[in-house]
Amino acid sequence: MIPAKFDYIKASSISEAISLLDKHGDDAKLLSGGHSLIPAMKLRLSRPEVLIDISGISGMNSITEDGNEIVIGANCTHADIVNSDLINSDLNILAQTAKHIGDIQVRNRGTIGGSLAHADPAADYPAVVLACDAKIVVEGKNGGRTIAATDFFLGIFTTAIAEDEIITSIRFPKVANGNYQKFFQSASRFAVVGVAAVKEGNSVKVGVTGVAGTPYRATAVENAYSGSSDAALHAVDGVEDELMSDHFADEEYRAHLAKVMVKKALEA
Amino acid sequence: MQISVKINGKTYDHDIEPRISLAQYLRETLNLTGTHIGCDTSGCGACTVHVDGAAAKACTLLAVQVDGCDIKTIEGMANGNEMHPIQEAFKDNHGLQCGFCTPGMVMTAADILKNNPNPSEEEIRHGLEGNFCRCTGYHNIVKSIQQAAEKINA
Ligand SMILES: Cc1cc2nc3c(=O)[nH]c(=O)nc-3n(C[C@H](O)[C@H](O)[C@H](O)COP(=O)(O)OP(=O)(O)OC[C@H]3O[C@@H](n4cnc5c(N)ncnc54)[C@H](O)[C@@H]3O)c2cc1C
Ligand code: FES
Ligand code: FES
Repeated sequence: MIPAKFDYIKASSISEAISLLDKHGDDAKLLSGGHSLIPAMKLRLSRPEVLIDISGISGMNSITEDGNEIVIGANCTHADIVNSDLINSDLNILAQTAKHIGDIQVRNRGTIGGSLAHADPAADYPAVVLACDAKIVVEGKNGGRTIAATDFFLGIFTTAIAEDEIITSIRFPKVANGNYQKFFQSASRFAVVGVAAVKEGNSVKVGVTGVAGTPYRATAVENAYSGSSDAALHAVDGVEDELMSDHFADEEYRAHLAKVMVKKALEA
Repeated sequence: MQISVKINGKTYDHDIEPRISLAQYLRETLNLTGTHIGCDTSGCGACTVHVDGAAAKACTLLAVQVDGCDIKTIEGMANGNEMHPIQEAFKDNHGLQCGFCTPGMVMTAADILKNNPNPSEEEIRHGLEGNFCRCTGYHNIVKSIQQAAEKINA
């Protein structure tokens, strides 16, 4: 399986990547880890004419502390996240999540920026950025902006990033009490259902992936919660019409799994 | 596009098409056929090599992406006629039957042991999630990696 022909350009700075995106428009795609894009290109589901490789841009692969926030460069790999002492201690939920993405080889190449931009409905990070109220920092030809996680995901493979924009980093608040529960699709290791819960006192924030086409905050669960995991019964309230269905899990089973996984996350 | 890649200690310069995978480049341009292509869709791990010391699936990397990198393939594991301890352990423990998955298993095992010199059985099994074997049932592969760990740590 060989992708259709394309030109390959290695960008050396964020501004170069942006001007290349601006110049080639629709024909171009950014390439970071390539672990979503290259398989899609091999299947010719995606046929960009120009690939702009951003993996070598300096300053996009650091993990730093900024006051009460942790700033993760978009090019950080899943393995970088698993191995970061800072993330393990102050944002443990993200390390837990990254540890169960794909396998060693995938974690060594795939990036957090690529995963968020790709917005696969079965990806893991979306649940976590939602539950943590993370912010996605993008830069484009008209400058930079910050997108709240709750405004970021618009649908299957669809986000709020404009065509000339690139994710440069993701800003997470530090999270003391969070956990991620994943029901694995046994062949691909993607999530059938993934639930992130961040607790603070008697309140909770819950992010859900794999259930509806768009990952969502389970606000009905959050409103019903006052310490008891019975609130999990509300896991799919409001998304009943958007439930996904495939040969691994039909709508009814997915809705049931969502409740079970939310319950686990609330009890963990 | 012109690339320059260090593979098993030797530098190669080639002009290649951007759409050629690293696995194809290794096998078809360099005749390094120890790197196997099983699924070609990033599922099976048979094509696993090391890129700057970290295991990666060569079917899901473009050769142009590794321009300037240091690559190690299964051909680079032995030291002359002396097998790498992981290879030796696979031989001793019947860690292979048909051998198709073995190059990838050995390269992934090396990554597991680099980051965790004393892995538990569970950690080894978690580490092998991206490598499929259709023959052995994994049992002897896990045993091989445990023995290799002991030998390397001795
Ligand atoms: C075998 C296998 C198993 C996997 N299992 C899981 C799993 O269990 N859970 C999971 O969540 N994921 C899984 N993945 C997906 C993996 O995490 C990918 O690495 C990730 O989704 C994409 O990251 P990437 O860096 O490889 O992006 P790429 O493939 O390089 O890019 C993906 C998309 O994002 C765009 N893009 C990349 N970087 C940026 C940026 N900085 N700004 C804007 N746009 C950008 C690209 O143009 C492209 O459209 C798996 C992948 C494989 C191959
Ligand atoms: S051939 Fe690369 S993962 Fe199967
Ligand atoms: S030994 Fe035959 S596939 Fe593993």
